[in-house]
Amino acid sequence: MRPSSLALSLLLLLALTCLFVLAPASAPSTDARRDANRAMVERYGITDLALFTEARYTRHPSQADLHSAFQDHPGALEHFPTGSLLQPHRPILTQYAPLARETTPSD
Amino acid sequence: MIELADIRKAFNQGHTNEYWALHGISLKLDAGRVTAFRGPSGSGKTTLLTIIGCLAKPTSGRIRFKGEEISGLPERFLTDIRRQSFGFVFQQFNLIKGLSALDNIILPGFPSGRPRAELLANAASLLDRLKLSHRSRARVEWLSGGEQQRVAIARALINDPEVIIADEPTANLDTALSLEFMGILEDLTALGKTVLLTSHDPLVVESQAVHRVIAMRDGRLTET
Amino acid sequence: MRLWLEKQRHLIDFTLASLARRKTKNIGLLLAYMLLVFVLASLMLFTHALRSEAAYVLASSPEVIVQRMVAGRHDLVPPDYLERIGRVRGVQKMQGRLWGYYYDPVLNANYTFMARPSGEIADGGIMVGNALARERGLSTGNTISFRSYSGKLFTFEVLATLSPDSELLSADLVLLSENDFRRFFEYPAGHFTDIAMSVANPQEVRNIAAKLGKMLPDSRPILREEILRTYESLFDWREGIVLTVLAGAILAFAILAWEKASGLSAEEKREIGILKAIGWETSDIIRMKSWEGLLISITAFLGGVLAAYVHVFHFGAAVFEPVLKGWSVLYPKFKLLPTVDGLQLITLLFFTVFPYMAAVLVPIWRAAIADPDTVMRA
Repeated sequence: MRPSSLALSLLLLLALTCLFVLAPASAPSTDARRDANRAMVERYGITDLALFTEARYTRHPSQADLHSAFQDHPGALEHFPTGSLLQPHRPILTQYAPLARETTPSD
Repeated sequence: MIELADIRKAFNQGHTNEYWALHGISLKLDAGRVTAFRGPSGSGKTTLLTIIGCLAKPTSGRIRFKGEEISGLPERFLTDIRRQSFGFVFQQFNLIKGLSALDNIILPGFPSGRPRAELLANAASLLDRLKLSHRSRARVEWLSGGEQQRVAIARALINDPEVIIADEPTANLDTALSLEFMGILEDLTALGKTVLLTSHDPLVVESQAVHRVIAMRDGRLTET
Repeated sequence: MRLWLEKQRHLIDFTLASLARRKTKNIGLLLAYMLLVFVLASLMLFTHALRSEAAYVLASSPEVIVQRMVAGRHDLVPPDYLERIGRVRGVQKMQGRLWGYYYDPVLNANYTFMARPSGEIADGGIMVGNALARERGLSTGNTISFRSYSGKLFTFEVLATLSPDSELLSADLVLLSENDFRRFFEYPAGHFTDIAMSVANPQEVRNIAAKLGKMLPDSRPILREEILRTYESLFDWREGIVLTVLAGAILAFAILAWEKASGLSAEEKREIGILKAIGWETSDIIRMKSWEGLLISITAFLGGVLAAYVHVFHFGAAVFEPVLKGWSVLYPKFKLLPTVDGLQLITLLFFTVFPYMAAVLVPIWRAAIADPDTVMRA
């Protein structure tokens, strides 16, 4: 087979596959799961995505204080690039250890 | 067929290393003949061939090809004339490495958009005539010197030009292969091609296949 | 037209034959290029899909939330606020919300506790998010104990797990009854975390928020449109930590491509001279090289984008998971609804094809305008 025919038909095939795969996704579509989630948001009054659970300003970015980024999870550093690149400081976790021990039954 | 009038060529004109390769060459070359330019290196014979073959423009002077003035044409038209009317066989053969013999031969046919099937059939018949069909799929760097030259000749012929220009065609060949080349020259003459070549090989310039020998020295004709 | 087409195909034939000579190197380059497009396209598709998911789902979040600020941090809303807000004209529905965070030392994870009316969840029972249930190995009917911040131990029975399809919203949720919430966090009676409300006329939201601000100077109203805006700019280029990391890779590839495309070897220059000598025009050589650039960059683009689509929408953007996860322990498993932004893809196409074409063509230009007689003189 002529090299250009081979290459062009492969390219065309690739382009058509792309079109076939991507085109349906570019049009708005309805999805039952998404609608169920929307209903859940309304029911529970959810304000944020649960993507980052380590700190209040990442768990609920829209609800967080305007001024400070203080951590809730002992391992969470601040919400800035360095915080994602630097490992949390392990000994911090031990400060929270008393929470796991030294408790008394509630009633 | 080709008329040259007072052709001069300078390199690096206007610079301190300005060098005049040709000092006023006037010449008439006939169609269907084999003409050899003889002379030591630096005599300007290759420069003259590049000017005749439209690879370069003369600094001054006029060239007429088939009665038409071509020295003043822009590069685009020169390229067209070169592609249609001239076939080149270079001293180093100048084949494109990594491609097969067949792929090399059909290259000059690409810019004109001739159908590939036609080019391939043409190339195959040329290789057949040059007794190289068995090597058509081989990469050119795997071919021997003589085989490479025959591929170069086939490439020069693919567009069916009227003029074949060969620069030192036997410089890289032994005696037996040189004689074989002279045989091919005779075939080309039989086909009605005009052949221009440069050489200082006595085997070539004294051969029966060459109809006219033009001697050059220092950018001037010494014997026509 | 037929001639033109045939000629272009000749040029493609030649450029392919040329590429085939250094097969491993060129395939390697194509794969590296494809990988780069794959990562960039994955990032684009993922963030776009996530943003559109957030925009769709959060469109039904509370219209206005009123927080109380003390020393720059939010604080509990005192009992009289509800009643005072209720007096503002235009406020339609109002509800005090109770929610907060709990750090679980067992998982080293934060949970979001949210109170529901006792009608919905009986005292002593909880409903948990699916990620939490998965990580702690909980299922309906199990009991779990939490130690409150005051050091007391509370035991709850899991009444239900929230739908796995809602993990993106509910991964770390613990829903419990209002009574349990108040006892667990020792919330003073009548106090709330914040107040969610809706207004009669949506056009009036801003005015009503301004009125609230005047009446309760220590309050901070958060409008739904602000929430949506937060997520619109989610992962924009400034938050592109992935991009920061990628910058190195892009640069490395740029150097590689430049080296490959622009470093015209003596051999390539000689070939261009040969082609010109045997009758190729300068434009033929440039066109031939353009085909090379186009074929490689478009193949890389299409292959990369296709792979990215599969990666993001069928494999849950697994490559980004460790980056997005950050230091949080509970990471939701979610499937994004395939959404593609055409404009974004066209931008990516431009940035894929254009620089490569430039890297291929700029150096060729100089070589291609050289005089054709150089081959004879060499």
